[in-house]
Amino acid sequence: MTKKLSNQQNPISPDGKLTAKITKDNYKQYVFEKSPKSAHAKNMFWAFVIGGLICVIGQIFIEIYSLLGFSNADSSGLASATLVVITAILTGFGVFDQIGRFAGAGSTIPITGFANAVVAPALEFKAEGLIYGLGAKMFVVAGPVVVNGVFVSVIIALLTLLIGG
Amino acid sequence: MLLTFVKAFLVGGTICMIGQIVINFTHLTNGKILVIFLIAGAILQGLGLYQPLLEFAGAGASIPISGFGASLVKGAVEASERNGVIGAFLGGLQATALGVSVAIVFGYVVALLFTPKTKKM
Amino acid sequence: MLDRYYLENRILNFDKSYIVEGYTIAGPKENDGRLHATFDMALKDDMFGQTTFERAERKMFEHCISGAISKANMQTRDIDYILGGDILNQNVSASYACRKFHCGYVGLYNACATYVESLIVASSLLQSGARTALCVSGSHFSTVERQYRYPLELGVLRSPMTQWTVTGVGATVLQSEKDDLPKVTRGMFGRVIDYGIMDINNMGAAMAPAACDTLVTYFERTNTKPSDYDLIVTGDLGKLGKDILIDLMSQKGYDVSDNYADCGAMLFFDDQKTYQGGSGPACSALGFNALFLSNIRQGNIKKMLLVGTGALMSSTVQFQGDSIAAVAHLVEISR
Repeated sequence: MTKKLSNQQNPISPDGKLTAKITKDNYKQYVFEKSPKSAHAKNMFWAFVIGGLICVIGQIFIEIYSLLGFSNADSSGLASATLVVITAILTGFGVFDQIGRFAGAGSTIPITGFANAVVAPALEFKAEGLIYGLGAKMFVVAGPVVVNGVFVSVIIALLTLLIGG
Repeated sequence: MLLTFVKAFLVGGTICMIGQIVINFTHLTNGKILVIFLIAGAILQGLGLYQPLLEFAGAGASIPISGFGASLVKGAVEASERNGVIGAFLGGLQATALGVSVAIVFGYVVALLFTPKTKKM
Repeated sequence: MLDRYYLENRILNFDKSYIVEGYTIAGPKENDGRLHATFDMALKDDMFGQTTFERAERKMFEHCISGAISKANMQTRDIDYILGGDILNQNVSASYACRKFHCGYVGLYNACATYVESLIVASSLLQSGARTALCVSGSHFSTVERQYRYPLELGVLRSPMTQWTVTGVGATVLQSEKDDLPKVTRGMFGRVIDYGIMDINNMGAAMAPAACDTLVTYFERTNTKPSDYDLIVTGDLGKLGKDILIDLMSQKGYDVSDNYADCGAMLFFDDQKTYQGGSGPACSALGFNALFLSNIRQGNIKKMLLVGTGALMSSTVQFQGDSIAAVAHLVEISR
């Protein structure tokens, strides 16, 4: 038996009319149909535009650092670091959460999202002190990124060694 | 020169838009999305598929979190080629230390200087 | 569907529970909403002159309790019991606020149903000999946000199903001495209902079946119907939860669409971007004390049902993959 419910069991028709009895079993499906849908087109548009713009700003910094004589790899790292600094300051002024409010993934997927995820808990949990608050909670959101990233990268490097060697 | 920016915009924007599509249709939380994109970038880099994208789009591929995963793997793999197993453990964090350290230091400073504000909407 | 077993002895009848006064404190955003200027006190800044949001919430509780006592022309020593709760861990706001008041303290927790729960417990206390009781409950957006969701400055896109935790505290003073006052005449605690909703952003959908179960049980047990009441009010189902409850009730043969309101759905204007409306224990406390109580006094409402709805999950069980359990308690208030 598949878990998916057939159309006949769906208690609500697309135009919002109740067509069958709502039970505990089909309640989730009923709620899904009844719930307002995310504004897909609008969300995607803003994610694309803001995400793209943040990357363009990153590219501008890469070009600037290259002109200043840094190597390609260094300019790329410095550009990311610059975006991190800008995000940290915007987060402090309470601006970044307002950008995230409409940009969604457009501001969370770039490195700015990582920086915001570090700075926001640091600000929030400062009230509990610098050690158990700020220190302990700084990576409460971004921690999984670092932990999983390091874990996966070491495994991949070891596998590459095994296969290549 | 202009083409570089256009490529960064299109590739970076597309990666973010894919993230938004995943969020909208799966209701995954923010943390899960970040980890998924990070691991995707890491694996693609391990398979040698992310490097071409980095060379093509520059910041468009390095700024998204998948680029973070890719540079972790790039650093680990390159170091392991020089130092073997030790390099595999050393390289990843070494390559990304700049971004992480800057985030920690500026996070600390900003947290000391500012206070969180209630959301208006 | 309802077992007879559950229908026995759940209705509590009261004849010694008179509502003396209500007092409300609301946050800035709430005061910009539909109930503008009906609150006894509105904050310009939700830090309330404190260093943390938790302390601000506590101070709101303190002000609200003392405000209610003096509005009722009483002294602190006239209050036998304070019953209250909030949704912070270990009920700290209500408990710590009561350090300042030398009254018996009954700490209650039923999430957003706490206010109605406290009315029922208080009425039972009055029935068994207490002279006066004060019911208080409230919440603060910024304390709740960090405990249940994200840090304030984290930039995330909010789901269109979400509700906005209301910043505010409401208190009600009850007495057992007979007077020409609105009274709590019946009360009923609801069952814990879980329809398997997992989405933390969709609390209205998780709580609506509990509200339905409580209302249906109440109507069956008391042989009444929705039209016997001028108004049926739920706590914080929000706009979506309200629509769901109307659907659920209609399937049980009760039409509530004419005389039904939800405190959460009515608190804010649409352009305040709260999506589904308000939530939190402050919802029913603010709604009842700021709006409905005065309407009962003026005779616009003769008999009403107030249903507090609470989602009982915590972050821990949510991360462990458990669905959202909910409960709804009911009081009948008449002139």
